[in-house]
Amino acid sequence: MRALLIGLALAFLTLFLFVPLAFVFYEGLKKGLGVYLAAIAQPDALDAIKLTGLTAAIAVPLNLVFGVAAAWSIAKFSFPGKSLLITLIDLPFSVSPVIAGLIYVLIFGLQGWFGPWLREHDIKIMFAVPGIVLATTFVTFPFVARELIPLMQAQGTEQEEAATVLGAGGWQTFWRITLPNMKWGLLYGVILCNARAMGEFGAVSVVSGHIRGSTVTLPLEVEILYNEYQFAAAFAVASLLALLALVTLALKFFVERHTHELQPPAGEDSA
Amino acid sequence: MTARTLAPLDMDADSARVRRLAPTTERDVMRSAGMRGARRPVRRVLPGFGLSLGYTIVYLSLIVLIPLSAVFIKTAELTWPAFIDVATAPRVMASYRLTFGASFGAAVINVVFGFLVAWVLVRYRFPGRRFIDALVDLPFALPTAVAGIALTGLFAPKGWLGAQLVPLGIKVAFTPLGVLVALTFIGLPFVVRTVQPVLETLPREIEEAATTLGASRWDSFRRVVFPVVLPALLTGFALAFARAIGEYGSVIFIAGNMPMVSEITPLIIVTKLEQYDYTGATAVAVVMLVISFLLLLAINALQAWTRRRQGALA
Repeated sequence: MRALLIGLALAFLTLFLFVPLAFVFYEGLKKGLGVYLAAIAQPDALDAIKLTGLTAAIAVPLNLVFGVAAAWSIAKFSFPGKSLLITLIDLPFSVSPVIAGLIYVLIFGLQGWFGPWLREHDIKIMFAVPGIVLATTFVTFPFVARELIPLMQAQGTEQEEAATVLGAGGWQTFWRITLPNMKWGLLYGVILCNARAMGEFGAVSVVSGHIRGSTVTLPLEVEILYNEYQFAAAFAVASLLALLALVTLALKFFVERHTHELQPPAGEDSA
Repeated sequence: MTARTLAPLDMDADSARVRRLAPTTERDVMRSAGMRGARRPVRRVLPGFGLSLGYTIVYLSLIVLIPLSAVFIKTAELTWPAFIDVATAPRVMASYRLTFGASFGAAVINVVFGFLVAWVLVRYRFPGRRFIDALVDLPFALPTAVAGIALTGLFAPKGWLGAQLVPLGIKVAFTPLGVLVALTFIGLPFVVRTVQPVLETLPREIEEAATTLGASRWDSFRRVVFPVVLPALLTGFALAFARAIGEYGSVIFIAGNMPMVSEITPLIIVTKLEQYDYTGATAVAVVMLVISFLLLLAINALQAWTRRRQGALA
């Protein structure tokens, strides 16, 4: 019975996880390391790497600051409407990535609310880098906040109150007490946020315009190469993203070992 | 003396912590939050409430709420009959059937195998268990476009797996079956990660007691384990389903995207946008958003139920 169940579970995971993962690297390297490296060193691929890095470098800190502010107000104070606020923060997870792109088209696109005004002033948001950053910020919005809120709620306010009573200022309390207490949860949220920011496809695809060399992120570059039947190159670039996923899982594993006694309630960290 | 005066204080702190964690009062019933605020006006010792809450609300409004409201405002330009016309056109209806059907099927597959994986990871010790446990989250971490091209390559008629299925007359890639495969991959971690913590807190003694009292293994599973795990299973199902209906990146490569046959609803939105049919795209988006919001409410209720069940055991 035991062997049968383990066998079945492993067969399922092999089919749906391990084989696809191995396949990405196999296809990328099939034509040799030279072809693989050449595909990654293509100017288009390098531009995509830069844009992906830039996007994450803006979206992740934005959501990091938000996550800390949201967790501070929600976990340390009580006020009416708190559970509604928590639900609203989770909202972007329930919205299709395609709709996440669509909403910014409706606002900043040519026919959108600000479209005519933006064109008059020669400001490009859609089919340009700001649109990509906005869409990415939307889809990665809840990651840091939803890690921090349950963690800081579980930790309570006693330590901060003690610090305040003993005469510490607000920032001093934050830097010396709150930040060290939440650092693993914060790191966990940032890791997940970054992985999604670098890997987002649907939302970015809608707002990007696919202009090679200027608005193509790594996942979009994979799509373009694949649709051009450059399979080896597509899988080579895809393998970079697969590596990112593996690094993310490794970091996640490492951080989880540090936070096992402060884990958020069940179901809270999945999504 | 000091210890004695401290003890009740600590107990108070613990019960406060428990109260804060209790999902039913804190998270799901807005009314109770309001009532508590009224009953126990809090004198705020800590600074930064106005600043942090103000920033949270402004940022939330700018990035999420105002942009999302654009969808509903844009749709209001349509009359009701025109909206129905767009949202229920035959090609759109076909896409709903595929999207919701395949998402449902994938979530069912994930309930069965997700439960099995969670069970094996919690109950058995075998080499590589922790490595496998960590890899279960791969679909969360792997960009959807990468998953899409990998699954397409594997299940294409000439791919490693597709070639095995050709003699059986089964075509996966570029058919609705391909959509099912991609959505199964995407939803895989949800059931595992919701069921796993519940199984971990389920004391084995309860099952052993059932067996001692004469229940067969199957009976003790059905009568003891299953009722405890059920809310978590349903939560995992709803999470996987909700994720699947919005999924785009992994599906469009493997689906073949034939109108009326293998075209998912998110792709309909993208296609309409590319044709500059903003109102059409928005009308379909409203349908999806409303369904997503309803699912979100259902998931919140299910999670509260899960935690109550789990709390009753602990």
